[in-house]
Amino acid sequence: MAPLADLAAGPSTDAARGPMLPRPFRVEQRRQDTRDTVTLVLEPLDGEPLPFDAGQFTMLDAFGIGEVPISISGDPTRPGPLEHTVRDVGSVTHALVRSEAGTLLGVRGPYGTGWGALDGAGGDLLVVAGGIGLAPLRPALLEALARREAFGRLVLLYGARTPHDVLFADDLRSWRDRHGVEVDVTVDYGTPEWTGRVGLVTSLIPRAGFDPRNTLALVCGPEVMMRYVATALVDRGVPAGRVRLSMERNMRCGIGLCGHCQLRELFLCVDGPVLAYDRLAPLMAVAEL
Amino acid sequence: MRTIEQYLPDHPFFAGLDEPAVALLAGCAVNVHVDAGRMLFREGEPADRFYVVRRGRVAIEVRSPTGPIVIDTADEGDVVGWSWLVPPYRWVFDARAVLPTSAVAFDAVCLRGKCEADPALGFALMQRVARVMYERLQAARVRLLDLYGAPHGAPR
Repeated sequence: MAPLADLAAGPSTDAARGPMLPRPFRVEQRRQDTRDTVTLVLEPLDGEPLPFDAGQFTMLDAFGIGEVPISISGDPTRPGPLEHTVRDVGSVTHALVRSEAGTLLGVRGPYGTGWGALDGAGGDLLVVAGGIGLAPLRPALLEALARREAFGRLVLLYGARTPHDVLFADDLRSWRDRHGVEVDVTVDYGTPEWTGRVGLVTSLIPRAGFDPRNTLALVCGPEVMMRYVATALVDRGVPAGRVRLSMERNMRCGIGLCGHCQLRELFLCVDGPVLAYDRLAPLMAVAEL
Repeated sequence: MRTIEQYLPDHPFFAGLDEPAVALLAGCAVNVHVDAGRMLFREGEPADRFYVVRRGRVAIEVRSPTGPIVIDTADEGDVVGWSWLVPPYRWVFDARAVLPTSAVAFDAVCLRGKCEADPALGFALMQRVARVMYERLQAARVRLLDLYGAPHGAPR
């Protein structure tokens, strides 16, 4: 190995690196998912894969611009490159989505709690996603599909803004046609060629064929959407403790030190982002918390 | 296919109505089939019908210079239209079948007549229509927030 490449790989252990020092990863592939969203496939320079639990996030660093928390969207059951699906919403994410193959990015983590999709084994697994919220849920679905026989019904309800904003369309088709996932998609704004549903993702819940008393529900999307979805699920009979949401706040350090992501007694970067609704419901009812 | 009298009691919209009430309502109803792409009704026309979708999908649309804008869809088990209940009994949106659609179509004049003759039935029907209106209004309000358009959390 050339001396410079050896140096670029940096220290090889967490202890040596320190918790705030990112590991360098190279963008191997950039996939344009929608108009404003791309998936980056990253390889670690040191060759050491980054194991993660479905639902965890990393702090992704566009060097010289800033660092943001981004959920991992790849397959947790297959060690290999790291996948992040990023939406262009600000200066750092703008730099990230413009990263071409070969760009070096920094990665800290993985951080936070996972979905624990396998806790739903023996029953039905319901995944409810809104917008970019499908990205953190993709690893949970892939994990469940790797153990397909352990579950009853696998149901994915997905709400997007328009048909052009539907993420992972190839995955959705494959999950539905080849893996027996009951996929139902709705959009807020239809287009003349769209023959699918138009309406809120909550409108899909009464139609979905899961057994509420024996279901684990995983929900991710804008917080207002998650609140309505959680309420609808509980109304349908899913116990609040079996509804898990992925919460988002202003995560900075990722290790529970800085307090930016505090939600009353919780630091969402370490206590979350995935939490059960029975714990979150009282907090979500507090204005501006 | 089941008859209208057999189908209606299982439909969530009619749940809780007793058998005579359902039979009374069924007397105003016929089965219809609409091919994909055909209109059920158009904005401005008299609202003389009320539909319960049995199969397929109906898009509620607004005409615009750039083409129709779909604001909602109704699927199996949904109901379409409430303008038949409120003067001046005129549709305010278009309704188009986006998939081959079968529905139960109720004659609005007949329904209104039965509601006026039997206030208890009228109230029961009004409660059900109000629930549909409430749910659609709530959905419309949430969609006004454009949650998926505006990034949630800190814009970074």
